[in-house]
Parts: sequence; C-alpha cells; structure tokens
Amino acid sequence: MSVDSLPREKLMERSRPDQEKEILIKVSGLKMYFPVTEGAFITRTVAHVKAIDGISFDIKRGETLGLVGESGCGKTTTGRCILQLEKPTAGEIIYDNLDLGKLSKEEWRPLRQRIQVIFQDPYSSLNPRMKIGDIISEPMYVHNVEEDGPARVKRVRELLSLCGLSPKFADRYPHEMSGGQRQRVGIARALAVRPEFIICDEAVSALDVSIQAQVINLLEDLRDEFNLTYLFISHDLSVIRHLCHRVAVMYLGKIVELADCDELYDNPLHPYTRALLSAVPIPDPTIEKQRAHQIVKGEIPSPINPPSGCVFHPRCTRAVDRCSQGIPEFREVKPDHWVACTEV
Amino acid sequence: MSKLLEIDNLHTQFFTSAGTVRAVDGISYDVEEGETVAIVGESGCGKSVSALSILRLIPNPPGRIVQGSISFMGKDLATLSDEEMRKVRGREIAMVFQEPMTSLNPVLTIGLQITETLQQHLGIDREEADKRAIDLLGKVGMSDPERRLKQYPHHLSGGMRQRVMIALALSCEPKLIIADEPTTALDVTIQAQILELMKNLTRELGVALIIITHNLGVVARYADRVNVMYAGKIIESGTAEDIYHRPRHPYTLALLKSVPRMDQPRKAKLDPVDGQPPDLTKLDDGCSFRPRCGFAIDKCNASIPNLESVSDGHISACFEKDKLTQALEASS
Repeated sequence: MSVDSLPREKLMERSRPDQEKEILIKVSGLKMYFPVTEGAFITRTVAHVKAIDGISFDIKRGETLGLVGESGCGKTTTGRCILQLEKPTAGEIIYDNLDLGKLSKEEWRPLRQRIQVIFQDPYSSLNPRMKIGDIISEPMYVHNVEEDGPARVKRVRELLSLCGLSPKFADRYPHEMSGGQRQRVGIARALAVRPEFIICDEAVSALDVSIQAQVINLLEDLRDEFNLTYLFISHDLSVIRHLCHRVAVMYLGKIVELADCDELYDNPLHPYTRALLSAVPIPDPTIEKQRAHQIVKGEIPSPINPPSGCVFHPRCTRAVDRCSQGIPEFREVKPDHWVACTEV
Repeated sequence: MSKLLEIDNLHTQFFTSAGTVRAVDGISYDVEEGETVAIVGESGCGKSVSALSILRLIPNPPGRIVQGSISFMGKDLATLSDEEMRKVRGREIAMVFQEPMTSLNPVLTIGLQITETLQQHLGIDREEADKRAIDLLGKVGMSDPERRLKQYPHHLSGGMRQRVMIALALSCEPKLIIADEPTTALDVTIQAQILELMKNLTRELGVALIIITHNLGVVARYADRVNVMYAGKIIESGTAEDIYHRPRHPYTLALLKSVPRMDQPRKAKLDPVDGQPPDLTKLDDGCSFRPRCGFAIDKCNASIPNLESVSDGHISACFEKDKLTQALEASS
C-alpha cells in the first residue's frame, strides 16, 4: 500500500489521462445567483450576487483540472455546487451519467462516498473534540465501508501511514498537531471511503512552503496510486501549474480561459490570464529585474452589478468599444484551447 | 550610506505555562538608510516577533526582550521609557500589518485615523492635518481622497485598506517602515499593485523598509538584502543575489527548492523539506535544523554553528557550508 513501494519511474512520470478516456463529470451552463435581501421581517430580494454566471467544463477520469482565480471569482462556489451544498440557479452537472441536480437525498448517499472534498483550513475542518482516529473512521461508519470495527481501526492506521503520519496519531486530538499534519488528516479522511473524485479547495494554501511541497507530493502520489480525479481549486498559479493537466481561469463568475496546463502557461491568450501570470513574482532576483511587470489597474468589480459585456473590460489594457457591449463568446481558438475574448 | 538601525544579539522570550519559548534567539542585523531588507522564514520562526520587538510591541507578560540592543539613530530602543517609545512609534518607525481587516479601527473614519496620527506627532491643527491626509491618500493611489476621509474601513476592499495602512505609515515621514506580511491577505493582482506602490514610495521618499514575508518571490522582486530565519535565529544573510543564486545554508537551499516555479520546466516531483520545524520551547545545544538537514554531521548535534562570512556581506551559520558549494556546483 505504501507509496514508497511503488516503482520510482511510475512516480516520476506524470501520468496523463488518455485523450479517449471517459468524461467523469460534465458541468454545463452552471449559474449560481445568491439573493441579496432587504428588510428584517418581510424580506424582499433586491439584487443577486452572480457568484457563478454560466460556466461549462468537463473533467476526464484520472485527470486533474485546476480552477484558478482571485477571491470572489466563484471557484469555491463551483466546488460547492458540484457537491450540491448549494442548489444551482441554472445549469446541469452530469456525473457519470447521473444528473446531480435531479437526484434525491437517498440517491445522493452513494455518490457522497464517490465524491469527497479536502478543505482549505486544517484548523476549522477537523472537529476539535474528536480523536484523529474517530475523525477518519466516521465516514466509514456513515457509508458502511469495511465490515466491522477492528477492520476500520486497521484501515485508519493504513490511511495514516499512507498520508505520511505515524499510526499513533489515531489517539491524538487535532490541537496536538501542526497545520501540515492536520491537512494530512483531512486527506486521510477524504480517502477513507475510497472516493474516485476529490475536490481540493485551496488544500495547500494555508501551509508553509516547505510543508506545502510535502502535501503537494502526497496528493500527486495518491492520484497516481488510486487513479483519482481532482478538481484542484487554488489561487496559487505555480501550484496549479505543478499539479494540473488542464487549467480553467475564472474571473467574476466566468471561465475566461481553459486549456492544457502547458499551453496555458506558455501561451496565455486572455488578457486577464496574462496579467495574472505576470503578477506572480518569481523567486529569482535576476529574472525579476528583467521582467516587464504588467500590473492590472483597479479592483475586481462587485458581482452584484458586474460590468456590461466582457466582465474584465474595465481593467483590460486591450479593451475596445465592443468589449463593453456584447458578452464575448467562449470559443475554441486552437484545439483544446478555449478563450472568452474577442480581441485574441 | 549610514546605519539606520542596528540590532545586536536580540533575545525575545515568552514565558508560558508550557515553558519558555525562545521566539527570537540572538539575532543581529542592520538596516541602512533607504534600504529594503527582507526577513524570510516560515510560520513560527520568529520573524514577526523580531519586528514587534523593534517597536517594543511584545505583550508583557508573557513576552519580554531579555537581552540585546536595538540601536536606532543613536537611541537604544530596548531601554527607552514608554513615553519616549511612543514618540518613536509612528513618527520615526511605522508599521504596516498583515491584516488590513483588523488593523484599522472599524468605528473611526479613515480621515480621523490618519489625522489623529498627524496631530499627535506633528502638532499640526485639524485643517492642516486634513489637507495632509488628502495628499497622502492621493499618493497611495486612492481615487476621490476627499470622500474617502469620511468613509469607514468596512466601506473599503482589502487592497484599499492596505493602501490606507500605507498612507498611515507614511504620514509622519518616518525613517523606517516595517511591513509584516503586507500582501499575504491580498490577491495576486492586488499584491502586485501594493508592492509596486511600496517600492516606488519608499524609493521616492528615501524610507528604509523591513519587509517580513514567507513569499520567496516577493523577496526576489523587492529586497536589497535578505535575512533568512529559522527557529528564532538568522541562519543566512546576504544580498538577494547571494541568497538566491549562491545559498550557503541547507535550509535556504531547501526552501528555494521546495517551491514550484513558473519560470522553470515542470518537475516531476517537488523537493520538500522533510519533517517539521522544531518546538521553540525545547531547543537544545545543536543546530536546530539538523533533524531536517541533508548535510548534517556529528558536530551539528553538539554545538550551534555561528554566522560566519562566506563572501563580502554574505554570512551563513552552517558547519558544512563549503560542502554546500560543492553540492550546488555538482547539480548545475
């Protein structure tokens, strides 16, 4: 079971899902509007926060799709919609031929086992009053994984060592552990029910750099070992580049660019993607001194009242008149490279 | 250039029920006028405590500066009276904190918070202070500064609040600004705006800057000199070029290797630093990095290496620093 026992070559080579591989999850035209209400007793809706405004993407089995963007762009809401923690306003989410929006609570139950989530904050996502062993085995009880108690205890120990923790942590409480160790517990808990699809919502963002690298490697090893599919939500462009096969860039509730990872980083087309990439400082003073920094002006507009036309046009350096009028079509400019910009 | 700030053998400790936490354990460095110095390290390495010690903002109890001197323009800040210290804070040394959400007073207007500082330190009247505040807000790139004076912090976004913090820090024309993770809470495009603003303003006004961060990219872009901290100590110090191109401490090297980089071909695997940082209540007589170090030898268990010069202005605290040079050459 241990990752170390795998042949090294398998770990070194970044396995790519085949082109023909089946699509595991398909999201189309997803919209999530949150009502803004006024009044204490008689409430009325005065506006909507357009957290997600019509996004479509798919993820193949075994693939990692990166969802990158700044705070408030709707990346976390996308994850929550897939898990049906939010009821989407419109759109369809097809998971392995099942329409997630139309399933009853009972029908969802087996799916909750197949789809798991790893949260950002390892301090608030573990119950402080539960021992680590109980935290990890609870989903096994809920989904009836493993036949009896002793088998579950054994599996907890296996999961802990799989995630790089000593099995003796099973009897400890979350406050006895560091952030990196807690995040490993969160990963072990997600793996407890043998899922096939994991939503990683800023799973490494709260960790220090040296610990972050440990957890990234762990996520990669697990993906290869169990053929997991990830939706990797992050604001960190360098982490996304390291982990993902394909990347979707979100801005103000919309996907503005979607392409293969290398293609997106080598050849970004959307002005927002370019600005985002140029804003990331590179840890090398010589390169930094030579780099031309393209700094985006202004701030992200409010999703209650997004700009007309292309949502990025007020901050865009290449905006022309028509950008403020029509919403740019999300089109395939090259095979597998999708951009929502008319000026590309 | 002359020395603006000289910190010598500073020890700050926290006396808690779990034991004495040696948060800052004998650090020495100096800052020259107009220079940007970065302090890099992971959480809990003492970088923020070292900065708060300069301003004597360590809560006492449980914390205390137990040893060392902080000499700022001829004064030893460690021994100043509270009254004198208050004249230094905000006037000669200003601070920009990490969280723009919590470091502004939510029940006072932006204008009041800036003018209060100005009136307190410069002894100018309200009208004059208002004028200065409008100037400052314009300087930090805020639109419509007059209207901003009447706004409260909750009216502003995170990036805007951090601009207000910078305006506040600049308000009394300090000699030194200490910025503790100034952009960590901000998005990357806003981070770029704020860092660019800080760089331009400090250059323009000749203010020295101590920037505390865990982000190696930010350091590479903005710092003249870099101090790397680990477990309460500075373990390596040098120019940005020295630190990034010729690291002479295994921790610095490990830190640089553990971040995924956008300018290099994608690696199959990252090289993480194994293990955890040490518990600061249980530091022993050896090098605190040795359990995680790939270069550790027997000597590392027995004694703590001193900072020794490896080249002009570049110092490292490692017994095996020469071996590191060979390892680097072999890998490149």
